[in-house]
Amino acid sequence: MRMPRLTAFLTATAVFVSAFTLAAQAAEEVHVLNWKGYGADEPWAVANFEKATGFKVVNDFFNSEQEMLTKIRTNPGLYDVVMINAAFNDQAMAGKLIQPIDVSKLSNYADIAKDKAGSPMLNHDGKVYGVPWVWGLTALAINEKSFDKPPTSIAEMWDPAHKGRVIIRDDAVEAVQFGAIASGQNINDIKDMDAVKAKLTSLMPQIKTFWSSENDWNQMVASNQIDIGTYWSGSADRAKTHFKLPVSLVIPQEGAVAWLDAFSIPVGSKNVAGAEAFINYMIDPKFYVEWVTKVGAPVSANTKAVDALPEDAFNRKVMGSPDVAKRIQFQAPVTDEQREKYLALWQELKVNVK
Amino acid sequence: MADQLAIGSRRGLRPALPLLLPAYLWLTVAIFLPLSAMVFFSFMTDLPLAGKEWAFTLGNYAAFFSQSLYSTLLFASLRLGLEVTLWCVVIGYPAAYVLAKVLKGRSREAIFLLVILPFWSNGLVRIFSWAMVLREGGILDTALNAVLPFKINIDLMYSYPAVIIGLVHSYVPYMVLTCYLTLQAIDDSLIEAGRSLGASRRQVLWRVIIPLSMPGLIAGAALIFVPVVGSFMEPRILGGRTGTFYGTVIEDQFVAVFNWPLGAALSFILLAVVLIILALAAPVLRKAA
Repeated sequence: MRMPRLTAFLTATAVFVSAFTLAAQAAEEVHVLNWKGYGADEPWAVANFEKATGFKVVNDFFNSEQEMLTKIRTNPGLYDVVMINAAFNDQAMAGKLIQPIDVSKLSNYADIAKDKAGSPMLNHDGKVYGVPWVWGLTALAINEKSFDKPPTSIAEMWDPAHKGRVIIRDDAVEAVQFGAIASGQNINDIKDMDAVKAKLTSLMPQIKTFWSSENDWNQMVASNQIDIGTYWSGSADRAKTHFKLPVSLVIPQEGAVAWLDAFSIPVGSKNVAGAEAFINYMIDPKFYVEWVTKVGAPVSANTKAVDALPEDAFNRKVMGSPDVAKRIQFQAPVTDEQREKYLALWQELKVNVK
Repeated sequence: MADQLAIGSRRGLRPALPLLLPAYLWLTVAIFLPLSAMVFFSFMTDLPLAGKEWAFTLGNYAAFFSQSLYSTLLFASLRLGLEVTLWCVVIGYPAAYVLAKVLKGRSREAIFLLVILPFWSNGLVRIFSWAMVLREGGILDTALNAVLPFKINIDLMYSYPAVIIGLVHSYVPYMVLTCYLTLQAIDDSLIEAGRSLGASRRQVLWRVIIPLSMPGLIAGAALIFVPVVGSFMEPRILGGRTGTFYGTVIEDQFVAVFNWPLGAALSFILLAVVLIILALAAPVLRKAA
């Protein structure tokens, strides 16, 4: 009795898996690869897009840029749209993982800010390999309960008053670039690694714990366990708008790390038309305003989308101000060699803390 | 006599084959093959993905010896394993003794259930529950301050003790179970004989009960020590900035930086070290048992 049932079960599994694989190859589906909870998988957005275009969206997620690159490398032809941080676009293009995009098919492309659309990180040999979507900052965020008035300097993290109530992300590149800002250096051309190391070493005793997801950060604030820490601008906005937490973003006078997220089309995509339609929808002002209002989001690369926000909106008023633009430094590609060096430093710091 | 034995063993193996097959098939497919792939990866410069070049190298193993970082972490993890095992013995052994020798019937079943109960819940749920208990303003802090006349501040979260507490809680049922089984098998009349021959309670414990239950203690200790040395979830969640251990660095190699070859090499070094420790301990333990 047992064996036939097992065989039946195995057959059923096999049939199910192959049916699933077949379905995945259907042309009218758009397979999107992005961070989880990052706009493209919002149920209302997916529903709107599907109703308007007739394509079906299938979302898949990654937890780190390396995982994203591995996923497109190991599943050629599976994905139609992939969200790539501009600093990684070079690497993806060099690995022949993404193809040039025909921007004339994207009606919203013309409204993208010229400096973002023309970014040398996304354009190679006169061809567009990435459509700028949103940009944001890795800056500081504070627990409003712990401050009478928001701090202005990054040095606040080192203030003994906050000992054991500081949080930073468990990420080598981010930590090192943050240390570069604190020691007054260019994040893309760090000359004095010892200064960075000294800064981070003295920060370690201040730290409560490391965060790796938005959820970690928000829980620490909800239970009032931290005062200040590094955070992403879009996440701080979501924490305030969506989760009603006492969080506000601080862009320190010393500067902040800026990043640009863009959409690309992988080589071998089976539904380029669907991919173009999806990317165009993602940079549409209507989608963006709804995303900001309902959930909270970083700043759109589309100037018309930002202008569609209320005048006092954080993403328009603060992030759009020329004063902020002067202070921020956009992240350039990081080589594997640098990455390994940063990781070694970061691990050493974490081990010596004991 | 010899013929009979031969027939007996042949008879023993053939009917047993269908019974063994599922387990060994499963072990081959689910453990042996992936593990072999990992051994292979650990000698490579890069993963053999589309368009990536790779070669064989010993560099991943050399990395362990060229940087003091990894050996420091390995020692920290071994110490963690020893401490957790010790606490499990201290807490688990008396409980197992009471279960096996003192309680009878219904009350034994009830207490047994209480010991095993946490075992049935998901590990992550247990760890996050500890996070709620241990943090400042958490359940322990609030409860103690409500009872005590003076104000104390309990914030164990994100510290080494928190990691120990979480791990001991997760693993103590192993110790209780293995010790319970051996303690229960000790004939009560041996204890009575010892007592009637003039041994004190303490002497009976040291000369009769502990030696006879040693196999259970050793099995429990090995079951606890090995996974704790490689643990990464508990240190990461409960340890905060002090939560970097050998296991978390291996996890980072796989999840955060996608350096599978180095992660695999580090894992096999851990496996080798654990095997050496168990092998060195074996003669001593066998004698004790």
